[in-house]
Amino acid sequence: MNAPSERTWKTVESGPHTLEGALHPVVVKNYGKWKYHKLIKPGVMVHYGHSGDALYTVRAGTPRQNTVDLIRQICDLADQYADGFMRFTIRNSVEFMFSEESRIDPLINDLEEIGLPVGGIANCVAPIAHTQGWLHCDIPATDASGVAKGIMDNLYAEFKTLEMPNKVRLSTSCCSINCGGQADVAIIVKHTRPPRIDHAKLSTLCELPKAVARCPVAAIRPTIVNNKRSLMVDEEKCIVCGACFGACPSMEINHPEHSQFAIWVGGKNSNARSKPQSMSLVAEGIPNNPPHWPEVNDVVGRILKAYKAGGKPWERMNEWIDRIGWKRFFEESELTFEIDMIDSYRHARTTFNQSAHVRF
Amino acid sequence: MEDLKGTGNSGEEQESEDNNGKYLNPTPILDELVDGKWPSFIKGFKDFGERTEKPMVRGVLDQLEYSYKTKMGYWKGGLVTVKGYGAGIITRFSMIKDKFPEAKEFHTFRVQPAPGLHYNTKMLREVCDIWEKHGSGLITMHGQTGNLQLQGIEQDKTQECFDELNQAGWDLGGAGATVRTAASCVGPARCEQACFDNLKVHEKVLKYYAGMTHRPEFNYKLKFKFSACPNDCANAIMRADVALIGTWRDSIQIEQEYVKEWMDEYGEDALFDQVVNMCPTKAISHKIGTSTIEIDNKNCVRCMHCINVIPKALSPGKERGASLLMGGKNTLKVGVNLGSMMIPFMKLDTDEEVEEFIELMDEIFDWWDENGLDHERVGETIERVGMKQFLEAVGIEANIDMIVRPRDNPYYKKHYDSAV
Repeated sequence: MNAPSERTWKTVESGPHTLEGALHPVVVKNYGKWKYHKLIKPGVMVHYGHSGDALYTVRAGTPRQNTVDLIRQICDLADQYADGFMRFTIRNSVEFMFSEESRIDPLINDLEEIGLPVGGIANCVAPIAHTQGWLHCDIPATDASGVAKGIMDNLYAEFKTLEMPNKVRLSTSCCSINCGGQADVAIIVKHTRPPRIDHAKLSTLCELPKAVARCPVAAIRPTIVNNKRSLMVDEEKCIVCGACFGACPSMEINHPEHSQFAIWVGGKNSNARSKPQSMSLVAEGIPNNPPHWPEVNDVVGRILKAYKAGGKPWERMNEWIDRIGWKRFFEESELTFEIDMIDSYRHARTTFNQSAHVRF
Repeated sequence: MEDLKGTGNSGEEQESEDNNGKYLNPTPILDELVDGKWPSFIKGFKDFGERTEKPMVRGVLDQLEYSYKTKMGYWKGGLVTVKGYGAGIITRFSMIKDKFPEAKEFHTFRVQPAPGLHYNTKMLREVCDIWEKHGSGLITMHGQTGNLQLQGIEQDKTQECFDELNQAGWDLGGAGATVRTAASCVGPARCEQACFDNLKVHEKVLKYYAGMTHRPEFNYKLKFKFSACPNDCANAIMRADVALIGTWRDSIQIEQEYVKEWMDEYGEDALFDQVVNMCPTKAISHKIGTSTIEIDNKNCVRCMHCINVIPKALSPGKERGASLLMGGKNTLKVGVNLGSMMIPFMKLDTDEEVEEFIELMDEIFDWWDENGLDHERVGETIERVGMKQFLEAVGIEANIDMIVRPRDNPYYKKHYDSAV
């Protein structure tokens, strides 16, 4: 590291980059004065301002894990077609905005040329919100980028066509913390065994009280092993959440075979129609099988096929399931309901059927 | 215990004498992710690695191949930072550096983009040039919290790299027990449904909390997200401890001529199926044979559905502002918690109104500091200590929009004076 004396720059704690200069001139002119928008075709929409201006947006999927070379290619296209501006969506798509309708098709052509598919707006499968995985995370049981790539290869046509009842948001996460987030369909690591403790290293690597406090079910206790301070886990109590591993790397939760995948459905952030809703577990015990994760793809494919066939226009996944009921969801998706899908955690009774309502 | 993170087979993957003149080592498992129609991050990394011949990229690909083979991760954390900051760089050392010495260090800069993830090419090219010069050249756009993530730099290059980024107008984001980098939807920049200037509020609030973004002083992380309407495209309600979600207080604006235009295109059945019958509170009515709709705005819950279906005819009302929801977080540790309503309507147009919001936040952070436990999100603290205690302490008035129904149990007590 540079010695302080060599350093001439004094840090400016500026927080977020300023918006100034980052917006297209047509955006600046119509800022807060847009009238309405419409979808033109997959991945392309137009916004009209009260001023009468039209602003076209072309949206393309990206790998999310990019290189500066790809970003420069995207900048080249932004310079050529979008007057030097672009933005990204929270699902890792890039958007180019401009006022000349004639630029739409050449831009789409050039995007596809560098491998970036155009689509992902409105009632289709949007790109997967996902986590870092083996590439960068310190507690991952899988590689979310790889899982996401495999799934989007399979769902490529659903990204580029408008055949779903409503938008489909997917996420993948490499541990149960679920940084990928709530989604219509979420693919999340599920540990199945308590952590394996490395007693030889634990006291040197971990702050014991922190690891004890991290456990949501008070299953971790101090102990002495071979004259060294360490921790033990009450395996009866342990809910295999993996929270301790984040605080203490000597409490290894990940395992190549016992860390598996579970699939969750019905998560929704938007307030449109139904209230925002968290996801429900519908498949588990799915092997972590890189590099193509075929078993994961199979389950996701079945769920989306059933939703596509059965959902009414504008119904999100959770709304379709609310209408037809969970029993039929499992039938239509060819999945099996199992006892562990009945909640046993803090808010369990809010998920019980406290009524005589049953579909036969 | 099985030795899952052993360092056996040293050298097997690392070196190859005859590699067809390629700089990178063979990665047969990763190569299976090169093909397929969706853009491949592996192809990107490999093309870039061959062009730049950066040892870190080669080492990281080798370690990633090994992860795919053994189905385990091999990074551990640590504490790398820049002068004066206690957060913003995610430290990664390889646990198997003897096996993959080129992947020994792979630290990540979390950089705060402009609100709404808007860029011009000049600023982004500048980041690319600085990053290729000092770091690996790998970039994630974007992290799940909303950071521009520059992935892969060695510790002894971090200060110089940061100084160049900082001179170009960039600053680091949060990590650990800090205010985190915030996220916003596209907002009034391109959306007719924006009910407040979330981009401006985002910039102002996060600039105010820049110091608390860089130094971990809280019990745990704290995330702001700003969605300009209840469609919540920033996923604020689910992902943010503090969610500002745009809304309006008066009536939905209707232009009946465009309702007719929509009916002419899609038909009356579609109006019933997709608009009238999908209103969650049955607040929309339509008389058969007419080409208009009526909205009972007293009963409208501002869900956005009808506006989403017929954006040309329907718009949010004119008296616009934002709702404040708090407590959103994901699974760890008490389970998923959606943000819940605190203040149904706030004006956030003027600097004074935004400053008033910041004052309330300061008050809330003080309360959380005093009452929260280590590793406890603010929503968890509110639930554990009690909503009533929280509201009284921070001076938010109880209101009926906070609940879906009044309590169904009698287990509470009034304040009383034991001397009387």
